[in-house]
Amino acid sequence: MSAPAGLKRTPLNWVHRQLGARLVDFGGWEMPVQYSGILEEHHAVRAAVGLFDVSHMGEIEIRGPEAFRLTDFVTTNAVARLQPGQIQYSALLYPHGGFVDDILVHKVAEDHYFLCVNAANQEKDYKHIAAENRWDAEVEFASERYAQLAIQGPRALATLQRLTPADLSSLRYYHFLDGEAARARARIARTGYTGADGFELYVPPEEAPRLWREVLEAGREFGIRPCGLGARNTLRLEARMALYGHELDASTTPWEAGLAWIVKLDKGDFLGRAALVAQRERGVRRKLIGFEMRGRGIARDGYEAFIDGSPAGWVSSGGPSPTLKKNIGLCYLPAEHAVIGKTIQILIRDQLVEAVTVPTPFYRRPK
Amino acid sequence: MSTYPGSYWYTKEHEWVKVEGEIGIVGITFHAQKELGDIVYVEMVKPGSRVEMGKRLGELQSVKAVSDVYSPVSGEVIEVNPVPSDAPEVLNQDPHGAGWLAKIRMSAPEEIAALMTAADYQAYLGEET
Repeated sequence: MSAPAGLKRTPLNWVHRQLGARLVDFGGWEMPVQYSGILEEHHAVRAAVGLFDVSHMGEIEIRGPEAFRLTDFVTTNAVARLQPGQIQYSALLYPHGGFVDDILVHKVAEDHYFLCVNAANQEKDYKHIAAENRWDAEVEFASERYAQLAIQGPRALATLQRLTPADLSSLRYYHFLDGEAARARARIARTGYTGADGFELYVPPEEAPRLWREVLEAGREFGIRPCGLGARNTLRLEARMALYGHELDASTTPWEAGLAWIVKLDKGDFLGRAALVAQRERGVRRKLIGFEMRGRGIARDGYEAFIDGSPAGWVSSGGPSPTLKKNIGLCYLPAEHAVIGKTIQILIRDQLVEAVTVPTPFYRRPK
Repeated sequence: MSTYPGSYWYTKEHEWVKVEGEIGIVGITFHAQKELGDIVYVEMVKPGSRVEMGKRLGELQSVKAVSDVYSPVSGEVIEVNPVPSDAPEVLNQDPHGAGWLAKIRMSAPEEIAALMTAADYQAYLGEET
């Protein structure tokens, strides 16, 4: 299987080939979509543990005495609320209020923030932040210095604990520590994009293949599976986690996307704030809502949503939920219709198939 | 390789047909299910439908993809296998057997001559990859 020319590869590309992964072009990256099969990988994460290569994700570091001011100005969430070692889900917005990207902000120290950003957006994000740097913060495009592995599932902790002296059980959700994993320097974060408990590890690229193999070995007794982007997508959809380019883009605001909780209007000025205030006063016209298919059929990304037979919106992400054994999706609807329990129709191959709006997340992990 | 039954006929779109008298039993190939990945949804035309060679006979969906099934032969669909629509994984597990999709009363059995033998099909797969 040969890759189209020009695709970027992660440090684990050869490892994936050895494992017989199916590799695809994902936003300019040659990434594994599946190894054994999407369903098996999905279930491994829900029931045990799975390992993902997410080295395509980007990293941007902001340092210096004015790192806080720049980070707080370009993001929507309140950076001042972060303690060192804590992580925050946040967004970069354009002045008009649309998404540049959705990101994770890690506070390393008072003068150091570490941002994890989407693969396809990383250069854009870096330029966007650098262009707003009217202070004297140091902004570094650091993606080449990091590989990223995600270990996800109820047995993620037991798996990773075998490889690190750090006490992982005391590491709280959305917190991180700088330590070691399999003797490699690692930033270990209790985060993920699956709706499962788990960890994301930022490690030097040259350590990634060995770490990958050691994680698979450590998780063997739990039935660990290498997992591709196919399972990552079904898992994140069940957990109603947004995907840039689907739920979020430059034409979408946090109000519309159901992400008001990452916007802190009271924190002081930030990029996009005025537009968000104005939109809130004007009223939000469309909103994202989850739905389940009632009729037979699978709603796919981009399919049209109808209300009473008239076009009303579109499916931002849709597909089967392997955990719930239902066909689910997220769609944008006019705000007055984006309420739970509403019957809608999805246009599937020239036929309107019934669906109903439901509360999200579709799946919530047991406590 | 014994993956592809020697008594079946194959299309370039990765369907097979097994001829039993005037009836053609139709399914997708091992290669097709492997390319699709885990199949989660199957919808076939209704029994009684008339289908033409190369035209749509149904639809399969995997977790990620939507794919049409084209009929390898023309005729009337006389039976649709109920198993795949309830348990689509049968198409991954036994695509040449229990995962058959439809039985077609062939209106032009001479069409079979245009299809590939198992050996031709395996050579075709070799060229395709």
